Amino acid sequence: MSKLKVVHYINQFFANIGGEEKADYQPELRDGFVGPGMAFNTAFGEEAEIVATVICGDSYFNENLDTAKKTVLDMIKSKSPDLVICGPAFNAGRYGVACGTVAAAVKEELGVPVITGMYKENPGADMFKAKVYIASTKNSAAGMRDAVKIMAPLALKVAKGEKIGASAEEGYIPNGIRVNFFEKERGSKRAVNMLLAKLAGKEYVTEFPMPDFDRVTPNPAVKDISKAKIALVTSGGIVPKGNPDHIESSSASHYGKYDIEGVTDLTAATYETAHGGYDPVYANDDADRVLPVDVMREFEKEGRIGSLHRYFYTTTGNGTAVASAKKFAAEYAQELKNDGVDAVILTST
Amino acid sequence: MKLELGYIHINDIQFGPESKVQGDVLYVNKDEVRAMLLEDETIASVDIEIAKPGDSIRITPVKDVIEPRVKVEGKGGVFPGIISKVETVGSGRTNVLKGAAVVTTGKIVGFQEGIIDMTGPGADYTPFSKLNNLVLVIEPVEGIKQHAHEHATRMAGLKTADYLGKLAKSIEAEEVKTYETYSVTEGLKKMPDLPRVAYVLMLQSQGLLHDTYVYGVDAKQSLSTLICPTELMDGAIVSGNCVSACDKNTTYHHLNNPVIEDLFEKHGKELNFVGVIITNENVYLADKERSSNWAAKLAEFLGVDGVIISQEGFGNPDTDLIMNCKKIEAKGIKTVIITDEYAGQDGASQSLADADVSADAVVTGGNANVVIKLPPMDKVIGHPEVANKIAGGWDGSLKEDGSIEAELQVITGATNELGFNRLSAR
Repeated sequence: MSKLKVVHYINQFFANIGGEEKADYQPELRDGFVGPGMAFNTAFGEEAEIVATVICGDSYFNENLDTAKKTVLDMIKSKSPDLVICGPAFNAGRYGVACGTVAAAVKEELGVPVITGMYKENPGADMFKAKVYIASTKNSAAGMRDAVKIMAPLALKVAKGEKIGASAEEGYIPNGIRVNFFEKERGSKRAVNMLLAKLAGKEYVTEFPMPDFDRVTPNPAVKDISKAKIALVTSGGIVPKGNPDHIESSSASHYGKYDIEGVTDLTAATYETAHGGYDPVYANDDADRVLPVDVMREFEKEGRIGSLHRYFYTTTGNGTAVASAKKFAAEYAQELKNDGVDAVILTST
Repeated sequence: MKLELGYIHINDIQFGPESKVQGDVLYVNKDEVRAMLLEDETIASVDIEIAKPGDSIRITPVKDVIEPRVKVEGKGGVFPGIISKVETVGSGRTNVLKGAAVVTTGKIVGFQEGIIDMTGPGADYTPFSKLNNLVLVIEPVEGIKQHAHEHATRMAGLKTADYLGKLAKSIEAEEVKTYETYSVTEGLKKMPDLPRVAYVLMLQSQGLLHDTYVYGVDAKQSLSTLICPTELMDGAIVSGNCVSACDKNTTYHHLNNPVIEDLFEKHGKELNFVGVIITNENVYLADKERSSNWAAKLAEFLGVDGVIISQEGFGNPDTDLIMNCKKIEAKGIKTVIITDEYAGQDGASQSLADADVSADAVVTGGNANVVIKLPPMDKVIGHPEVANKIAGGWDGSLKEDGSIEAELQVITGATNELGFNRLSAR
């Protein structure tokens, strides 16, 4: 098998052209490896080889973003590489942004496998970690040897389209995609060790950093409920008997929309729950307990509400990813608006 | 309180004319077990099967897994308040048939039971594939309500575990481990310089088949309270629930609680393991507030420096987990929480249903939404068609060739939140 062709992107400093005074250095394409490329070539062994290096000054790149990006990309493309490596940039901010910009463009515009590397606090890390694999490196060039040890195998895996493991295994900066893997110790032992470290004021790494939690501000009250058209929406899994659209009992992949025109009561013969997270006995016995169609019809008759919307929307909230729930809601909320619904009663389980 | 656990290692299980433990083999008289279980008039029939590590066997739908144990010395008997009288357990000596288990199956709810594969990729995710299992396939009498069915299955499992455990009553264990906790004052005197740590064990108690029993008491009807860690080793806490298989704590998990084992491992060396606070996971907000207030108050009352909090289930109980964490941290007590994740099949979604900045030390049992493929097995014990309905499966999960494609959720114990496994996620 022939070696994979690699193009390496580095800045003026790592190309030994100069420091800050040469940061306006314009893009240059050189055959073969330059500077840190040697360490990569050694690490790649028989599997891959750097065929060309693109060098660009950090100031030049950031101050002429569009033209510099285009020139660099054209240079990379001209070598038709199987893999591109950018940096590593360690904690150099402008270099990090340049590496991230080039890497993202190589992936999106050229469709060529690519990775970069930088220190976790490099501004480029936050900007590009969700777009390309960024190997987590130390904060200075003294960490080059360690960086290559992580980047070379990761780059080869990406180039060959192999399965990429969890960030903790592969050494990339967490990119928001949770990946399962087997730890060396069981969870309870990790918890005990983490607590001992926390108690001793020592450094420890949480396995799940808390997200910024989405809090929803309630809408203002409905002005005149006796005129309002009200819809029922539930995550309690109420469906027509037999679950015609096969909504999953957990981790729902879709929601259902069902016509309740003329329906005044949900009975054990007509409706049931598909939800797998609670005892279904009582919901199956009388689905109004979860989706109160009976009471809404009474209120409608008594004029306490304007009307009950003709359709109800339903899914199972059990184990359903927040992202899926958000997607469902974005769709049916628009439909509800289009149908002139004034208010929605959301029921859970 | 001091308990010695005598381990009798079981490496094989076989049917035989006489139930006995001989060397490392557990022999079971099938008819005797069946006759014992059929005394329960709510049970119509019982099929008894054997599933050993490496067998091409799939067991589904799994309800509970129980380790056979027996009290050899000291007060009371195993599963107090349910099988034995309500005597305080946790001291003396208990023999354990290590490597053996009773697995109960039954289509109780239809979506809240799990799968155990004894070989193949699925086996890597469940600790029960490494055990010599006696599987009880229990069919209830016609027309029975689910709650009565759950009760019958639970009791059948416990009775059988007790029956097998008793076979080891007079056997001298080859390996003995001692676990000892001290009174608050004694512990302080013995370990004045070590950090004092408690364990907050959250018990599934959402009700309606999501229940856990402590000395026979339904945990949802109890305030948060204290329990000695060795009491769990004698079966003081029993699972009575049907929830998603991957992160429910079976009775086997309660008997072998890994947080308790690993805290004992450091007890007297790096920390002082003061005791266990048990608290429930009820559905009403007032209950959640009350129980978490009490858990925090008890931690403060014990004067501990840190706690480990473990969860059972997901979604709704995430609120209890975060309340416990937040309120205990607010008392100046450091916490580590153990949970699992529902980050979507692609791993890109938010993992928990609640969050707080004070939860800054988290151990995760992995993303339960990940899709796995389970190849067909030569034999299925139970009802394979539930794969299309159980939590984590979908219509079409069960393929014609008998293979299953479903979320990791379907596997019993896969993302356990007591930290029983090595599986994690980043």
